[in-house]
Amino acid sequence: MSNFPFLDVVIFLPLAGAFAVGLIPRDNDGALRWTAFAVTLVTFVVSLGLLLNFDSDAAGFQLGTDVRWVKDWGVGYITGIDGISLWMIMLTTFLMPLAVLASWTITTRLKPYFVFLLALETGMLGVFSALDLFLFYVFWEVALIPMYFLIGMWGYANRIYAAVKFFLFTVLGSLLMLVAILFVYFNAGEGATFDYRALLGTPFSPEVQRLLFLGFFAAFAVKVPLVPLHTWLPDAHTEAPTAGSVMLAAVMLKMGAYGLLRFAIPLFPDAAREFVPLVMTLAIIGILYGAAVAVMQKDLKRLVAYSSVAHLGFVVLGMFVGTVEGMSGGILQMINHGLSTGALFLLVGALYDRRHSRLIADFGGLSKSVPVLAGIFLFVALSSLGLPGLNGFVGEFLILLGTWTAYRWWVVPAAFGIVLAAIYLLWAYQRVFHGEPVIEENRVMIDLNLREVSMLAPIMALIVLIGVYPKPFLDTIEPAAERTAQVLKEGSVASRDGAQQLRRHIVAGPLVPVLEED
Amino acid sequence: MTSGDFGQLAPLIIALPLLGALALFFFGRRIGTAAGTVASATIGAAFVIGVVTFFELLGHEHGHRSSVVELWEWVAAGSFRVGVDLLIDELSMVMVLVVTGVGTLIHVYSIGYMHDDPRYPTFFAYLNLFAASMLLLVLAENVLLLYVGWEGVGLCSYLLIGFWFERPAAANAAKKAFIVNRIGDLSFLIGILVLTTTVGALSVGQINAEAGAISAGMATVAALLLFGGATGKSAQIPLYVWLPDAMEGPTPVSALIHAATMVTAGVYMVARLSPVFEASSGDLALTIVAWVGAATALFAAVMACAENDIKRVLAYSTISQLGYMFLAHGVHAYSAGIFHLATHAFFKALMFLGAGAVMHALAGETDLRKMGGLRRVMPVVGWTFAAGWLAISGVIPFAGFFSKDAILASAWADGEYGLWAVGVLTALLTAFYMSRLYFSVFEGDLVVPEGVHVHDAPVTMATALVPLGVLSVVGGVLNLPGVLTLEHFLEPAVGESHVPEGLIPWVLAGLALFVAALGIGLGWRLYARRDGEARRRAWQRRVPWLVTGARNKFYVDEYYGGLVVGPAKRTATFFADVFDTRVIDGVANGAGWVVARSAAGLRKMQTGYVRNYGLVYLFGVVLVFSLLIMKAVR
Repeated sequence: MSNFPFLDVVIFLPLAGAFAVGLIPRDNDGALRWTAFAVTLVTFVVSLGLLLNFDSDAAGFQLGTDVRWVKDWGVGYITGIDGISLWMIMLTTFLMPLAVLASWTITTRLKPYFVFLLALETGMLGVFSALDLFLFYVFWEVALIPMYFLIGMWGYANRIYAAVKFFLFTVLGSLLMLVAILFVYFNAGEGATFDYRALLGTPFSPEVQRLLFLGFFAAFAVKVPLVPLHTWLPDAHTEAPTAGSVMLAAVMLKMGAYGLLRFAIPLFPDAAREFVPLVMTLAIIGILYGAAVAVMQKDLKRLVAYSSVAHLGFVVLGMFVGTVEGMSGGILQMINHGLSTGALFLLVGALYDRRHSRLIADFGGLSKSVPVLAGIFLFVALSSLGLPGLNGFVGEFLILLGTWTAYRWWVVPAAFGIVLAAIYLLWAYQRVFHGEPVIEENRVMIDLNLREVSMLAPIMALIVLIGVYPKPFLDTIEPAAERTAQVLKEGSVASRDGAQQLRRHIVAGPLVPVLEED
Repeated sequence: MTSGDFGQLAPLIIALPLLGALALFFFGRRIGTAAGTVASATIGAAFVIGVVTFFELLGHEHGHRSSVVELWEWVAAGSFRVGVDLLIDELSMVMVLVVTGVGTLIHVYSIGYMHDDPRYPTFFAYLNLFAASMLLLVLAENVLLLYVGWEGVGLCSYLLIGFWFERPAAANAAKKAFIVNRIGDLSFLIGILVLTTTVGALSVGQINAEAGAISAGMATVAALLLFGGATGKSAQIPLYVWLPDAMEGPTPVSALIHAATMVTAGVYMVARLSPVFEASSGDLALTIVAWVGAATALFAAVMACAENDIKRVLAYSTISQLGYMFLAHGVHAYSAGIFHLATHAFFKALMFLGAGAVMHALAGETDLRKMGGLRRVMPVVGWTFAAGWLAISGVIPFAGFFSKDAILASAWADGEYGLWAVGVLTALLTAFYMSRLYFSVFEGDLVVPEGVHVHDAPVTMATALVPLGVLSVVGGVLNLPGVLTLEHFLEPAVGESHVPEGLIPWVLAGLALFVAALGIGLGWRLYARRDGEARRRAWQRRVPWLVTGARNKFYVDEYYGGLVVGPAKRTATFFADVFDTRVIDGVANGAGWVVARSAAGLRKMQTGYVRNYGLVYLFGVVLVFSLLIMKAVR
């Protein structure tokens, strides 16, 4: 089985599914839904093959494909995964069937909806697998467009504004990245190529590195998002349909963080190192600012959106402190945030389906009428605020530990974020779930149904698993985290030796299996 | 710290109540009224295993009574490794016995107290979850695992304070408790980080073995950060404000969590890591611990004198008694602190449960001015409460006398006469406000709210009161010279304690007794006699500022509201409603407007038919890939 091209199948199964959905008559709602669900579920099952065949001890990238694709342009279809991309892919394939389940309440224009949702999955999976800058950029844009339509077509009242804003922010960032990619392509020493592995260690001068780093950084910082580039996020999250919010928060934001790890840092290590204080400062501002703004939100979805700003601040902080602990914690926290924030959006979506409101003030006393929803909401909120024993704590602690080890008292403002997280989550929880249900609709609200419980239960199981036994996750993450942390700490393209060493660090040999060398 | 080979059953001590909690969460509705029995059975079984393990431990020689049970590797990254490991030694087992022993009695009591509640199974699920977390806290072999239990008990405290979440006061109190504790936890967490680099490990054994080698400055920093955590969980100045409000929870919760067990977690933690505190330069950390404890003890006792809510009097009393325990730690008398922790668990849990029985009988009344003479109509509650009252007041031979005397004597022996004096003054106030409470509620003419038929405690509740009453009377034997010596027993875990020699201890004990008698006498004059009211007024006229201050809790909540909460809220509002929306987003929208204007021509492409967009998109994707593939095959 190990020769089965799991990765490529996983990437393109959803796109094939999109075509299959395209063949179904548009008024056959049941067939559309179940086909989409089946496709995402099968994709998840196939992706388990990646997990089983992944070798934690192997260095470099694995399970990939290397085809000289468009030879005279130097474009390759090169894919491959390490411990970082593995979990991002698993997160995507795991959450997608749940997002489809959450889409059961969508009743209009189902066919294009599922086409976009499935195409989005291919785009995101491709982003996490591509080892060729051109291919990466194609997937990046392939993921962007469906999300634009999901927000703009199936969103709430203010959806057009939110969709356009999302699009403009992302596109502007992406364009800068495209310019940087093209510059790298034309100026890399060994001839025009987009091959990430070949480009590693290219000895750009410090000034050029700085500009190129900023070009990539622009695209990724918008996506993460880092303050002050975050204002598209609350609008996009709030207006998007539930599945859109879930995938946006759980996976799309990670594309930014992933891009920093995969491309911005290893390609331009000297510049990255120079920018560490700046990025750390932005990350810490994000933690505190996102949380402070979250406290005062009146709309539940906006609250969760700002909490994402704070959480992603933790992720980026962990990545840039340059220690294995911080890096591992940051990567683990990407998974954790995907799970807990994904679940929070599912829950807020369930509330919206019942009350057609997201305003905190419209709720109250729900613990009495919908105890199961209330209990699960609290559980997920506790995961999000980093209660020890659940997943969020492991990631946050490692990030704080890494920060402390490398930068000592910088850790204090970051750690203050855990107090703020308790404030915004528990205050909102109190207003929504505690007290007497005075509004009639709240008093007679119906509790979660089987479909809703079955989309939340798998997430809750993982929340506990990572909380009490994160070892399988950390063990696969660590080698990749260690290499990247090493690059950030010591990697340099200034000298030939440094460049070679860097390449050895990241690539460490050919992909397994190598399919074709033209 | 030697690794022994006993205590293999210890994981069950945590697992049993945890399983009980899970069963009640998932099958609560089916289990129904049996929930109380199920929960009591699991914690009771944990107690039995605790006793078995304790005897296993006693079977080993003094100095070799420590064993580590390793379960699984928890968090590992880089050079950082922490496992789920349990430490079974003298200190943790004393705590296990207190927690499971008192815990079982309170579970049984709750069967009667909560029997009418519509969420009866949920209550016991929370109670069991609490027990499991607390036991994890005391058995944890490393500080990070201890922190898991620490936050776990905090969560259960939140859930149980807010158990009657329909009441806004309960919901507010729950949130306040969690957030105030989180502030303490922040300090604790940073303290843990400091330990990771100064010691290089988080194992309790390793920290304590290597604490002496830490630089005195870093030891002080670490110790104070840890103590910061303790001020939250154990309700000391400046973070005590959540505990009085926590009385919104059901009374068994107040007894178990907010008197006997959870609030003592900070006391336990300081004792557990005492070598870190000892390593501080010039005893700076311990001096601060002692004085914060002493100040809290006195301050809370003053407020207890002016409080009219029966549960809140007990809450302030708990804060005050916890202060005593920290005072003990601060003068190196860790075993005396733990001794007081144990006796306090007996008599304070007893009094809370007694207060609960009173409220149960009086239809929820908590104002002690609306009660009186209850001992004659509820003798079991009255007599057992009297035992608790005499114990906390420090009357010989009740339990509290011995433990309080041990603390005061240690302060004297350490040369801390100032601390000793504060302790004695607090003892006087304690005897006074407790007598006030006891006489108001149980003696004098019978006073009950109209239309209430008063009944004595039902069987389940009495079942818990009587053993705790007995323990409050005889609990002092735990550390009676020549009979049992807790101090000697705990020595390998927390170090030796020093007590004065010769005549001095007898003089000190006599003084303590005299002070207790004085306080009780004063309470009797002012609250038991018919002319008490006039005398009270005369007393109050002498110190009007003190009376007003104490009645208003010295406005601490108001200061916190005005100096911390208000400005923080205003800042957050500014960021959320002005800075983020107008400034940051304003810039973005302004830029967007320019783009939108120039792109107005593209509007024509918006046909409004989604399937067109979808088609165009799919077509685009296919085009890109097929173009590339064609280039590739060519």
